[in-house]
Amino acid sequence: MKNKRTELQVSAISNGTVIDHISSENTFRVFQILNLDQAKNQVYVGTNLDSKKLGKKGIIKISGRFFKPDEINKIALAAPQATLIEIRDYVISKKEKIVLPKTVEKVVKCYNPKCVTNHQQIPTRFNIVKDHHGVTKLACHYCEKTMVQEDIIFV
Amino acid sequence: MSQLKNRSLVSITDYSKDDILKVLEIAADFEKDPRQPILQGHVIASLFFEPSTRTRLSFESAVQYLGGSIVGFASADSSSVQKGESLKDTILTVSNYSDLIVMRNPLDGSARYASEVSPVPIINAGDGANQHPTQCLLDLYSIQKTQGTLENIHIAMVGDLKYGRTVHSLVQAMSLFNATFHLVSPESLKLPSAVKRWISEAGLEYHQYTDLSEVIPNVDIIYMTRIQRERFPDPLEYEAVKNAYVLENKMLENSKDNMRVLHPLPRVNEISTDVDDNPKAYYFQQAQNGVYVRQALIAAILGLKQ
Ligand SMILES: [Zn+2]
Repeated sequence: MKNKRTELQVSAISNGTVIDHISSENTFRVFQILNLDQAKNQVYVGTNLDSKKLGKKGIIKISGRFFKPDEINKIALAAPQATLIEIRDYVISKKEKIVLPKTVEKVVKCYNPKCVTNHQQIPTRFNIVKDHHGVTKLACHYCEKTMVQEDIIFV
Repeated sequence: MSQLKNRSLVSITDYSKDDILKVLEIAADFEKDPRQPILQGHVIASLFFEPSTRTRLSFESAVQYLGGSIVGFASADSSSVQKGESLKDTILTVSNYSDLIVMRNPLDGSARYASEVSPVPIINAGDGANQHPTQCLLDLYSIQKTQGTLENIHIAMVGDLKYGRTVHSLVQAMSLFNATFHLVSPESLKLPSAVKRWISEAGLEYHQYTDLSEVIPNVDIIYMTRIQRERFPDPLEYEAVKNAYVLENKMLENSKDNMRVLHPLPRVNEISTDVDDNPKAYYFQQAQNGVYVRQALIAAILGLKQ
């Protein structure tokens, strides 16, 4: 029984990307920011799966697609503790924990309505900072306002 | 020497302690002799995308005392902005006609952006609710001049400490000079925790009060601020606190001899007019100092004074 379930969770794709260890509540957020509803290839989405690390986790497998650094930064913001696994010819060619970059450009909108980036055609730029409670925040390079991850709207 | 040359000033935190002291030193020189024709043949652009008569006149008189010329506009409706020109295009165009751009713009972050696209240096004369570094420099100049030093000052900051950008900048700058901060505000307008952390990280002390009278005998500077209606998201919040603090002459009786009252102006009613004749009232001289500080900045950035 146990084996069967494990098998289902890791059912293989021949070429593509697996995003594992997404915290369950963020699974559909990751799905959305990567525009996977537009995907032409097979996409598997699992949520509330058992996980030793997270208790419950989400997983997304996308066949025939590999993500660019900008997209990986989006995943990092939506699901900071996720693991990215790339598979080529049934073999894992890359497996890494997604880490938050120091800065993100062009992927997030500033939540400050008076920010110049919301009025002029300017690529946004944020520094990723931690406050004194260790909470990750995004500081706008332009208006200098900081926002928490819940306020993030992706471009 | 030329540490300020060709550098834009967007936020007071762009400047080190040495940079700040250099500007104040040059400003003192201009205070002794404000009419030095060093800007002859130079053109300064003054782009005010929103009106701010006080700041604009201060910059323009700074330039004209030094023999420089000014091009620009005093509000967005008289400019090509009205026709929908982008900020980038305006800056690039104006930089063809000028050696330095002074810019005021209602959008937060506009000055940082302008400094990135402009081939000539930018001085931020206020970007929305974000930064107004020349106000901060003239505040520092006024403190140094009245106290003989910027070090180890006890400063009371009074009023809107939550939204007041001049307060935030002044806290950041005074944290370089070992100040002790006495923060007087209504509960709802306390200094944001991010700014308080700036103080703690500098290893300095702050004390918070709601009552103004108890701090007056203990401080060297009282920095009064206006509670600005336009900064409040909620009008009811504004109504509840708008008259929270009114400084009256009799309240200054037990203040220290060296104590001076500062205010970024314009005031509404937070300083009673009976304070104006008290020698401890310094806010009009403070505004005058703005001209010397702006002269110093322009001269330093253009490499004409070191
Ligand atoms: Zn912003």
